[in-house]
Amino acid sequence: MEKIKTNYSRRSFLKSTALAGGGLMISFSLVPEFLLAAKKNGTDLPGQWIELTGYVKITPDNNIKIICPNPEFGQNVMTSLPMIVAEELDVDWKNVIVEMGPHDNVKYGPQFVGGSNSMRMYWKPLREAGAAARHMLVEAAAQTWGVPVEEVTTKAGMLYHEKTGKSGKYGDFASKASAIPIPKGIKPKDLKNLYLVRTSRKNVEGLNIVTGKPLFGLDYTQDGMLIAMIHHPPAFGMKLKSFDASETLKMPGIKDVFNIKLYDEGSELGGFDIRTFNDLLVVVGNTTWEVMNARKKLNVQWEAAGETKETHNMFGRKMEVIIPGALESSDSSYKMMMERAKEPATLLRKDGDPETAFKNAAQVIERTYNGPFLPHNCMEPMNFFAHVTDEKALLAGPLQAPGWIEPTLSKVLKMPPDKIEIRMTRMGGGFGLRAYGHYLAEAALISRQIKAPVKLVYSREDDMTYGIYRPLYTATYRAALDANKNLIAFHVKGGGMPEHAIAANRFPAGAVDNYLAEGWELPSNVTVGAFRAPRSNFNAVAEQSFLDELAETMGRDPIELRLSLLKRAKENPVGKNNDYDPDRYAAVLTMVKEKSGWNNPEHKKYSRGVAAYFCHNSYAAHVVDIVKRDGQPYVERVYSAIDCGIVINPDAAANMVQGAVVDGIGNSFYGGMILREGVPEQNNFNRYRMIRFREAPKKIEVYFVQNDIDPTGLGEPPFPPVFGAVANALYKNMGKRFYDQPFNKDFSDGVNLKPQRKA
Amino acid sequence: MATYNLKINGQTKQVDVDPATPMLWVLREHLNMPGTKYGCGVAMCGACTIHVNGSAVRSCQLPVSAIGTSEITTIEGLSEKGDHPVQKAWIELDVPQCGYCQAGQIMTAAALLRTNPNPTDAQIEAAMNGNLCRCGTYLRIKAAIKSAAKQV
Repeated sequence: MEKIKTNYSRRSFLKSTALAGGGLMISFSLVPEFLLAAKKNGTDLPGQWIELTGYVKITPDNNIKIICPNPEFGQNVMTSLPMIVAEELDVDWKNVIVEMGPHDNVKYGPQFVGGSNSMRMYWKPLREAGAAARHMLVEAAAQTWGVPVEEVTTKAGMLYHEKTGKSGKYGDFASKASAIPIPKGIKPKDLKNLYLVRTSRKNVEGLNIVTGKPLFGLDYTQDGMLIAMIHHPPAFGMKLKSFDASETLKMPGIKDVFNIKLYDEGSELGGFDIRTFNDLLVVVGNTTWEVMNARKKLNVQWEAAGETKETHNMFGRKMEVIIPGALESSDSSYKMMMERAKEPATLLRKDGDPETAFKNAAQVIERTYNGPFLPHNCMEPMNFFAHVTDEKALLAGPLQAPGWIEPTLSKVLKMPPDKIEIRMTRMGGGFGLRAYGHYLAEAALISRQIKAPVKLVYSREDDMTYGIYRPLYTATYRAALDANKNLIAFHVKGGGMPEHAIAANRFPAGAVDNYLAEGWELPSNVTVGAFRAPRSNFNAVAEQSFLDELAETMGRDPIELRLSLLKRAKENPVGKNNDYDPDRYAAVLTMVKEKSGWNNPEHKKYSRGVAAYFCHNSYAAHVVDIVKRDGQPYVERVYSAIDCGIVINPDAAANMVQGAVVDGIGNSFYGGMILREGVPEQNNFNRYRMIRFREAPKKIEVYFVQNDIDPTGLGEPPFPPVFGAVANALYKNMGKRFYDQPFNKDFSDGVNLKPQRKA
Repeated sequence: MATYNLKINGQTKQVDVDPATPMLWVLREHLNMPGTKYGCGVAMCGACTIHVNGSAVRSCQLPVSAIGTSEITTIEGLSEKGDHPVQKAWIELDVPQCGYCQAGQIMTAAALLRTNPNPTDAQIEAAMNGNLCRCGTYLRIKAAIKSAAKQV
C-alpha cells in the first residue's frame, strides 16, 4: 500500500512538472522557509504532501494545503482566495493550511494585485480548481470501493458511500486521486449551498503578524547577504555628474561604491517600467545602518538631466515620449495647467448639442478642482532581495505584479525568464506603487555587479522622494440649467501632468441630454503611477463635489438629485458605452441614505456629506458626518454602502472598507507632495502628514448589498468617494466649498509634526 | 565598535557594534529579530516600538549604547505563544491588513495597558497617536485595546 502511494505521488510530481511547463515543479519545495510559516495552527505536520492540482495538496493523514496564487498586500487575498478553493473542495476550513504560491504564470494565472482584480480574476478559476480536486477524490473513492461515482458524497474532508456504508478521509485517497487527470469543466456548487464563502474567517497570517514573524520583504535574509542603498538625485530633472566615494569607502562595513545604469540607452520601457533616475549611485555594505551613514559621506555632483526621450511599449502600443528637462515647482506647474486649460482639448465624448445648450442656459455653474501629487507612503519602504549569478537569478520581495517585471528583468540581465525565480513575500502595503518593479531590477543589477546576494533597501526618504506619485490633476466642471432649474447640459474638461483623470463614460454621462467630456495633458519629468483607484480618486472628489453644489443650486437634495439622474440613465440612457449599471449605483445610494438616516433630524448635530462612485467594477457610497472638535472639523462617523457582488469574507471586507475610508479622509485632509525646483519638499513623516489614530472616525458602519453577482474588487472602489463625501460635509461644517486638496490648507489645525521618541 | 551584553526577552545577547547603532538595527540585523520594523527612522511612525523596562520606546532613535542594564522586550518576546491579551485581541478582532505596522502598534498598546489597565478613549488616543497605520486599521486597533483591557 505504501509503495503504491509513493508511486502515485511520483506521478503527481511528474504531472505538476508538465503543468508548470518545465519551470517550477512542486511549489512547496521552492517556497522559502519563512513563508512556510503560514500554517494556520502552527503545527508541524507529518506526512508527504500529495499534489492533486496546482492549488491543492493533501497528506495521507488528511492535512489539506491550499496555495494562494496572488500576492498579498493587505487586501486579505491569502485568506479569501483559498476560502474559495476550500469551499468547492469541501473541507473543514480549520484544517486548511494556506501557503503563498511561487511565481508561475503558467500554473497560477495572472498573479497580479491591482485594479481590484484579485477576486474578479480568480473567482471562477478557483471554484473550478476546488471542484476539480474534489471530483478527483470522489473518483478515486468510487474506483476503490467499486461503486458509481455519482453515489459518492463528501463532507468536511471525508468521502462517503451511503448504500455500502463505506467512508474514508480525503487523505486515504489522495495518492490515487493524484493519478487521475485533472478534469475540466466540473460545475461548481449552487450558491445557496455555500458553507464557507460568505462567512467571516480570520486572516490566516494573523498569528504570524502579531508575533512578528519575518513575513515581509525587508525581513528576508540569506547567509552572506549584503545591503545596498541607492543615492538618487535630489530633484526630478537632475542626474549624476560625478562622485567621490573616498570618504564613504573609509566607513566601517562598506564593501563598494559604484555607478551603474538601470536601463541601457534607448531601450524600450514596458508598461510598468519606471525610470525616475537611470544612473544608479550605489553603496554596498554589511548592514543598513552602516550603509545609511556611509552614504552621507558621498561627495556628489549632480547636473541637469535636460530633455530626454523614452520609448515606451505599453503592452504592444509603442510610443516615443519626450521628458522635459525643467526643474518643476508645484506652484508654477499649476499656473501652466491653468493656462493650458484655456486651450482646446481632446474630445473624449459628446452627446447632443452641449454648445447650444450652454449658450441658451438660464444659469451656468462652473467650478474648478485641483489635486496634488500624492506619494504612496507604504509602511514598508521599497526593497528587494536579489542573488544573481551567471546561472540564475533569485529574487524575493514585495511586488504586486511579478509577471510584468519578469520580462524587464530578463532584458536588463540578458538572461532567459526560465532562469529567473521571483518569490513573493507579504507586502507592507502597495497601493499601486508595488506594481512598478524598478527596485527589483535595481537589486538584480547590483547583485550581479558585486557578485553576492544583496538586499536593496530604500530609506523612508528615498521612498518618498522617488516619484511614481499620483499625477497633478485639475478639472473644470460646468452645468447648464434652464429657467426651471432643470439640468440641460454637463461639461467636464480635465487635465493633468502628465495625464488627465477623466473617465468620459462614467456617470453622469448617460443621464444628461447634452454632455461633453474633454481632456488634455502636459508633460512632466516627475514620474507618476497608479495610486489606489487611479484617476477615480480625483474624479470622485471633483465630480461628487460638483454634483453636491449643483443640487444645492437646483434646490434639490443631493441624494435625490443623483437618484433622479440614475433613473434617467436607466430608463432612457443618453449615448452609448455608459460604463455603469444605474440600478446598482442607485442601490448603494439608497442603502446609505437609509442606513445613515440621511434626513433624520436626530443627526442634525452633524455636518453631513454624501458621495457615491463606481470604479473598478464595484459601487460605493458614503455618508460622512463632521463635527467641530477643538474648533476644527473632525470626521466622527461614516456610513458606507458597497456593492461588490458576492462578499467572500464579510468581516475582512468590512475591514478593507473601513481602511479605505480612513485613507480617504487622511489623503483628502492632509495628502499632497509639494515640489520646489524639482525637489520634493517633504521626505519623511515629520514633514508629510498622514492621518493618525486620533483623527480617525469613532465609527465606520459598513453595509454590503446582498446579491449573487460574481464578486468584484474592494481594495479601490470604496476609496474615491470618501474624498467627495468629506468635501461635501466640510462645506456644511465650514460654510465654504473645498475645491483644492489637501483640504486642511484652509483650516490648519496647528498640529506640529514632531518626533515622539516615547509613546 | 564596542561589545554590549543586552537583556532581551529574558535572555542575554552579546553584540559587537558601533555604539551609535540604533536598537532597531541591532535587533533586525545583528540579532536576527526582524519583528521590530523600520518605517521612518525618525520616531514618527512607531513601527519600531519596543519596551525598555516595560515602557514603549521607538527603537530607531535609541542607540545601543544607551541601553545599559535595561530590560528590552520585543514583539518576539511579548509572549511565548502569541497569547498576550493584546495579541489575542488583535487576532480576535482581525485587526491587520498589510500587517507591517502591527508589531509596533501591539507593543505600544501592551505598554499602555501595563500601566493603565483601564484606559479611557482619550488615553488610548494619546498613547497610540505616534503609531501610523497606512491601511487605516485605527478603529479596530482601538476596539482591540478595549477588548484586551478586559483581559489584562
